[in-house]
Amino acid sequence: MAHEHKLEIFRGALKFKSNTQKIWGVLIFLAIVTIIEVVLGIIKPEVLMGQVLGMKALNWIFIILTIVKAYYITWDFMHMRDETPGLRRAVVWTGIFLIAYLTFILLEEGGYVFDVYDNGYIKRDF
Amino acid sequence: MSTTVVNAGPDNQTWTGGNEPLKASYGKMMMWFFIVSDALTFSGFLAAYGFSRFKFIDSWPIADEVFTHFPFLHGVDAPMYYVAFMTFVLIMSSVTMVLAVDAGHHLNKSKVTIYMFLTIIGGLVFVGSQAWEWNTFIKGEYGAVKTKGGNILQFVDTEGHRVAIGDFAIADGHADRIQHERKDGLWFVSEGSLPSFSVEEVLSGLQANDNILVRTQLLTEEGAKTVLSRDESINLIKTYGVKVVEGANLQENEYGSPLFADFFFFITGFHGFHVLSGVILNIIVFFNVVVGTYERRRSYEMVEKVGLYWHFVDLVWVFVFTFFYLV
Repeated sequence: MAHEHKLEIFRGALKFKSNTQKIWGVLIFLAIVTIIEVVLGIIKPEVLMGQVLGMKALNWIFIILTIVKAYYITWDFMHMRDETPGLRRAVVWTGIFLIAYLTFILLEEGGYVFDVYDNGYIKRDF
Repeated sequence: MSTTVVNAGPDNQTWTGGNEPLKASYGKMMMWFFIVSDALTFSGFLAAYGFSRFKFIDSWPIADEVFTHFPFLHGVDAPMYYVAFMTFVLIMSSVTMVLAVDAGHHLNKSKVTIYMFLTIIGGLVFVGSQAWEWNTFIKGEYGAVKTKGGNILQFVDTEGHRVAIGDFAIADGHADRIQHERKDGLWFVSEGSLPSFSVEEVLSGLQANDNILVRTQLLTEEGAKTVLSRDESINLIKTYGVKVVEGANLQENEYGSPLFADFFFFITGFHGFHVLSGVILNIIVFFNVVVGTYERRRSYEMVEKVGLYWHFVDLVWVFVFTFFYLV
């Protein structure tokens, strides 16, 4: 087995000397992202509470940061960066397509059910 | 292996096996297959959670108000610190796992042993933390009153701080009901443990204390729960209150919508089960490393495969953390 690791992250902006160093580097990055999430979650800055595309701006930030974390866990801890493009695409795009579709239909339907209750056709608070 | 090239000659090896078009061994490939399907299972759970939440978008519990406990810090309001700690433990054990994989590539048995051991410890700390979290969630803290329609009414003081039922309800010594057990009557009829107070006791406590108000589940424009006036509070408990709810189970919970507790138990439970099986797999691989199985094989690929699973468990937690505790 050949063990060539690609050692640069952030599109080559940061290059590590060895695989071990890269692991610690990614850990530091993930820890920083988690700390940002927790701090934002506790103080909930007023500026970020406005609605953007049907959701609070803060929630969008959380979701984007989560996907960033997921990317680095998959690419560097699970070594997706070193796999062939075929394997990478088969795993990632299959998952992303199915999950995005499932999430869309369920959330859309949930919103519809809420409207049915909200418009008073069915009484829930009795 | 790099010489396997597809060509049309009669002696080519394309269909005779041993060919790896994606340069990944059979075992690793199957682990990826499993991970994709398991990711779909988890996303099914999380999307169903999203469905229920969107269905009750104007009255869903606020996670910061539910998970406010930290071990050994009683009465301190510490929203999310504990989950943040758990997240960090899991990421840390992911790091030791990937270091074990890396040491395996260098056939360094002693380093693999140490890192595998640390990974197992990290996993156990996480499962233990989750057990503690469940215990706190099931026990509850303040208690609430359930209405006929199944909605939850909580209690706050005039400043908006939560008040526990036990702090203001006036116990009526003559009205105590005994829990019905199987030994007392029909052997097939029994009931769960009774709440410490009845709705009447809560009502008399509410009437006696001027500074207690009822808080409903409905969210205001600012995203906080609606607090009622004194008259509305007493009236609501008197007319609609049917039962005192303490803590959480699959039928009802003091935090709000029963679905919130159901999904909490299902999703974190399913994830915790994954962590537990991951720890068991890690222990098996750990002992194989110690007795030198992979040393003799000259390949630590098994560590890599179990590592893929372990990182996946971490990956799922990142999403559970976001959708259960942050958003």
